[in-house]
Amino acid sequence: MIEYRSVTKQFPDGTLAVEDFSLVLPSRQTTVFVGSSGSGKTTLLRMINRMVDPTSGTIEIDGVDIATLAPVNLRRSIGYVMQNSGLLPHRTVVNNVATVPLLRGVPRQKARENALALLDTVGLDRSLADRYPSQLSGGQQQRVGVARGLAVDPNILLMDEPFGAVDPIVRAELQQELRRLQVELDKTVVFVTHDIEEAFLLGDQVVILRTGGQIAQVGTPSEILANPADEFVASFVGADRGKRALHFENHNGSDILVDSEGRIAGVIETDAAASVPPPQSVSESKAGSVSGSGAPAQGGDQR
Amino acid sequence: MNWVWSNLDLIWDRTLDHLVLSVPPIILSFLIALPLGWLANRYRISRGIILTAGGLLYAIPSFPLFVVLPLIVGISIRSPLNLIIALTLYGIALLVRVVADGLASVDADTRQSATAVGFSTWSAFWQVDLPLAGPVLLAGLRVVAVSTVSLATVGAVIGVQSLGSLFTDGFQRGIQEEIITGIVLSVALALFFDWALVMLGRLAMPWTRRGSRKTRSPGGPAVQSEPDLVRTATR
Repeated sequence: MIEYRSVTKQFPDGTLAVEDFSLVLPSRQTTVFVGSSGSGKTTLLRMINRMVDPTSGTIEIDGVDIATLAPVNLRRSIGYVMQNSGLLPHRTVVNNVATVPLLRGVPRQKARENALALLDTVGLDRSLADRYPSQLSGGQQQRVGVARGLAVDPNILLMDEPFGAVDPIVRAELQQELRRLQVELDKTVVFVTHDIEEAFLLGDQVVILRTGGQIAQVGTPSEILANPADEFVASFVGADRGKRALHFENHNGSDILVDSEGRIAGVIETDAAASVPPPQSVSESKAGSVSGSGAPAQGGDQR
Repeated sequence: MNWVWSNLDLIWDRTLDHLVLSVPPIILSFLIALPLGWLANRYRISRGIILTAGGLLYAIPSFPLFVVLPLIVGISIRSPLNLIIALTLYGIALLVRVVADGLASVDADTRQSATAVGFSTWSAFWQVDLPLAGPVLLAGLRVVAVSTVSLATVGAVIGVQSLGSLFTDGFQRGIQEEIITGIVLSVALALFFDWALVMLGRLAMPWTRRGSRKTRSPGGPAVQSEPDLVRTATR
């Protein structure tokens, strides 16, 4: 469990990135910080591994104030995945994955074996092991980044807009992979994004941030979608524009689900017992004309 | 060529002298420039001071330096050590800036991610900054190697034996072959050092050899070309 206690961060230039922020991030769940730039989301994330130290307030991991821990050791115990992968360009894929175990003194041979196994975990072919990052595609680099984050088998995995720089198709693929890994590995994941769809897809707990690290709303995706706390949240999740409202239209005897802009979002399966289908089945049969139209509810109901 | 055949021993000795004079300065100046360049890159104030000092040092003409240095250090003007120290100073003057620029050329994102995964300042310097500054350092070292080999010949003027002694001696005694031998061997030695450094660089920096198949715009969002998508899909 990670707990922020009235955390404030003011940068030397006077910018107040985060003010009096308090929140509990439950263990073995994914918490997503979502907000536009200037919302302090990355600052909040970086405070967990002491890349940024708060001006006031404390952060505790499982009851231990992290200000009392040595930054370098703390960072070696927490997985970190960033945008543009942040891989070391002069090390091969397998050595990049083994970076932190090697820093922690794991014997080279063992570190390499573990790293190869991790390539399997993140869905990369072992034949890529001895290539350099520049020889991989953006999506592959990002997978290596995730593997590196997992290399010391950390309890906590920090992800700073990890899929921000890959194209939409690869991003969707990586998001699904991450969901699979969440189920498989059971880590406490802290994820930062500006993409609300991504937040709803991946988050057990979603934290919507205003400028200055103020919490606009915290909740599961379905809670937020069902009851936006205010107009800011409603507009952020797109509810105010009726963007997420779906309705039926009957075409030749079968029910078609149509979104607010008249595009087809899916069909209603006729053999479903209920007249109103659960959101899950909608998303599974979505026609794809509206990306992720049913996905938010699905993310929340997953566990 | 008769002169060459009958003086092979002399030529070999002068070549060895030349190596003794030029190899230590190249290595020493690099080792000394490393911490200085790091310091220059680390703090704004030290950058100004160190780089200006380096520039001034290089502006000192070699001959006066050879004369003044023994007075400061307390050695004979004809001691090879005199020349080695002078050449080391010139090397440092050139390399400090190279090291500072090389370290500054390391991608900020890469540095930050190294810190984020748990590199200490010390381990990041040796395992991340230094190797990534490698190509710039190598370019600087090549310049220093060549300039040191050519500067070492000047030692002949103050009586320190080197390949330069072949052309001072040749001039005095009017032996053209000796002069040419001195020049050709100096150039050959410089070229050899340059080649050796390039080879060393290839061994030490294998990642610069392999062709990068794709150029990623740093920090730019979502630029992935079509072929990449295809590759991702087929693998």
